[in-house]
Amino acid sequence: MMKRLFAIWHARNLEFLRDRPTLLFTLLLPLGVVIGMGLIFGGPPRPLFTVGVLGARVHARDDPFLHERYVQFVPIATEARGLYEVTHQRIDLLLDLRGAVRYWVNTDSPKGYIVEKLLIAADPGALRQPVTGKAIPYVDWLFPGILAMNMMFSCLFGVGYVVLRYRKSGFLKRLHATPLTPFEFLTAQVLSRLSLIVFVTVVLYAGIGAIIHFHSAGSIALLLLLAVIGSLSMIALGLTIAARFSSEELVGGLLNLLTWPMMLLSGVWFSIAGAPRWVQWAAEVFPLTQLVEAARAVMLDGAGIGRITPNLIYLAVTTLVFLAFGAWSFRWRVD
Amino acid sequence: MPESVPTLEVHNLVKQYPSVTAVNGVSFAVPEGICFGLLGPNGAGKTSTIEIMEGILPPTSGQVRYRGEPVGARFREEAGILFQKTALQDFLTVRQSVALFRGLYQHGLDVDEVLELCALEKLAGRDNRKLSGGQQQRLLLAIALVNDPKVLFLDEPTTGLDPQARRNFWALVESIKARRKTIILTTHYMEEAQLLCDEIAIMDRGRIIAQGAPQRLLSEHFAEVLLELPRHEFPEGARSLPLKLIDASDRVEISTHDLDGTLRTLMEAQVPLRNLRIRPANLEDLFLDLTGKELRA
Repeated sequence: MMKRLFAIWHARNLEFLRDRPTLLFTLLLPLGVVIGMGLIFGGPPRPLFTVGVLGARVHARDDPFLHERYVQFVPIATEARGLYEVTHQRIDLLLDLRGAVRYWVNTDSPKGYIVEKLLIAADPGALRQPVTGKAIPYVDWLFPGILAMNMMFSCLFGVGYVVLRYRKSGFLKRLHATPLTPFEFLTAQVLSRLSLIVFVTVVLYAGIGAIIHFHSAGSIALLLLLAVIGSLSMIALGLTIAARFSSEELVGGLLNLLTWPMMLLSGVWFSIAGAPRWVQWAAEVFPLTQLVEAARAVMLDGAGIGRITPNLIYLAVTTLVFLAFGAWSFRWRVD
Repeated sequence: MPESVPTLEVHNLVKQYPSVTAVNGVSFAVPEGICFGLLGPNGAGKTSTIEIMEGILPPTSGQVRYRGEPVGARFREEAGILFQKTALQDFLTVRQSVALFRGLYQHGLDVDEVLELCALEKLAGRDNRKLSGGQQQRLLLAIALVNDPKVLFLDEPTTGLDPQARRNFWALVESIKARRKTIILTTHYMEEAQLLCDEIAIMDRGRIIAQGAPQRLLSEHFAEVLLELPRHEFPEGARSLPLKLIDASDRVEISTHDLDGTLRTLMEAQVPLRNLRIRPANLEDLFLDLTGKELRA
C-alpha cells in the first residue's frame, strides 16, 4: 500500500512542480495582493471614529453621545470581545450602556483620546476604565488572512480541478483497472497537496514576512500545526466537490460558491464585527474563518494551543467528515 | 490451475443502460494462452463486455470468473489493460509514466525491460504528451505489461493508427503472444483479427452470433469464392441473374462454387468485368453473411 501511495504522491508532485505558470501564480498572487492592499489601506488614517457599544441595540437608549456626528457606533456582543478590539485599537472606544454608563479607552490611542473628549462633553458622568495596547498595522492584520486565503484557493481548486481533469481524461478509469483503492488514491492526493501547500506557505511566510518586517508573536510550531490541519480540512472540502462530478462548469460553479463567501465573510480583508449577528454565525461555519481566527490569535496575540484548541478541533472534525463523504461519493469514471 | 479451468469465463452477461441493452446474455470461455478476439461493429457491445470483464463496469446481471474465481484483487494484480482511449498524467516522461504504474503492483517487470519490450528505450526521457499515435499506443501497451500480466486486454488497440504503426503494433502483440500470455482483443479490423486471434466471437446488437477459430468459421460458412464488382459497373438488369448476390457499400459481391460458370453467365449478360476481383472469403464477409451489414458501418 505504501509503495502505491508513494508512486501516486511522487508523480503528482512532479506534475505540480513542472506546471510552471500555476506554480508562479500560486507564489505571486498573494504577494501582489499584500503589496496592493498595503498601498491602498496603508495610507493616512480614515477620518472616522469607531465606538463599540455593549448592550442590545445601539439606538435603544437616547444617550446624547450616540447622536455625535463623524462617529460610527458598532454593536459588540461581549465585553471580552470589546476589550480585545479596544486594546488592539480596532475600535477607538468601548461604551457600556447596559447600566450606569462606563467606557474603556486605550490610553495609547490618539483617536481614543479625541473621541473620549467627545464622550465626556456629551455625558460627563461616564465612568472611565483605561486600557493600553498598540495598534496592529493593517498589513500585519491582513497577512494571516492572505496566507490562509491562498491555502484555501490552492486546496479547493488544486484538488477539485485536478481530480476532475483526471476523471474526464480517463486517467482515473485507467487507475481503477489497477490494484489502487479509492482510499489510497484520495490519501495520496491529500498528502501531495498538503506537502506542497505547507511548503509554499512556509516560503510565503518567510518571504512576505521579511518584506513587511513581520514577526509572529506566537509559536511557529503551532502555526505549522494549524497550517497542516487547516489545509487538510480545505483539501478534504475540495475532494467532496471533486469526488463525483464530471462537469467543469458545475465544479467551477460549486468551487466559486464555496470560495467567494469564505473570502468575503471569513475576516480575511476586514473584520465582520459590525455585520449582522446571523452573518457572523454563518461565517463561523467556514473552515477559513476558523483558520484565520486561530492564525491571527497566534501570530498577532501570541496565543497558545489552549486558546486555539476549539478551532483545531473544528478543523479536524470537518476534515474527517469531508473525507468520509468524499470517499463515499467517489467515482472513478464519468457516469 | 487445473488444465480444464479457463483463464476467463463469462456467464450470461447482461448490461442495460437506460435506453439500450448493450450486452444481452453473452457467455463464452477463454482458455489459457490464446488470443481471443471479440469482433463487431461500433455499438455491438464489445467495449461494454470487455469493461465488465476487466472489472471496471458492473454488469446488470451475469458473472465473470478469472481462473475459476470471481474477479477480485488477484485479477487486478494479474491483468494488464489497454483501453481504447486513455490519457496519462501530464508532465511525466515515458519512463516516469511506466514507473508510476509499476509502483501500483506488487510484482512485475523492470521498467527498463518493459521499455525495451515495447521499443521505447529511445523515447524514455520524452514527455508523454509529445509522442506520435503509434508511440503513444506502445507506451500504453508498456503500461499494460508492467505487471507482467497473465491476461492482457487490448480494446481496439490500433484504431486511429496509420498502416505502418498498425503493423509495428501487431509485431509487438505477436511477441507478447509468444510469451504464452492470454490476450483478449477487441477490434473491427478483420485483418488484425485474422492475423492475431486463435479464436473469435462475433458480436452484434449485444449478442454473440458466431464463435470459433477464424479458419473453421470461414470454412463452415464459405465453401465458395467471392467475385467483387464495383457497384456502379453492375447493371441493374443483372440482378435477375441466377447468382448469389451480396450488396456491400461500394461494390456487389457474388458468392459461388462454380467460378467458370459464374464468369460465363456474367459475360453472356454483358456485365463489364475489367474491374473484377476474385478472392477467398474473410471475416468481413462472414460478418456480412451473418448480419447483412458491414463491420465498419
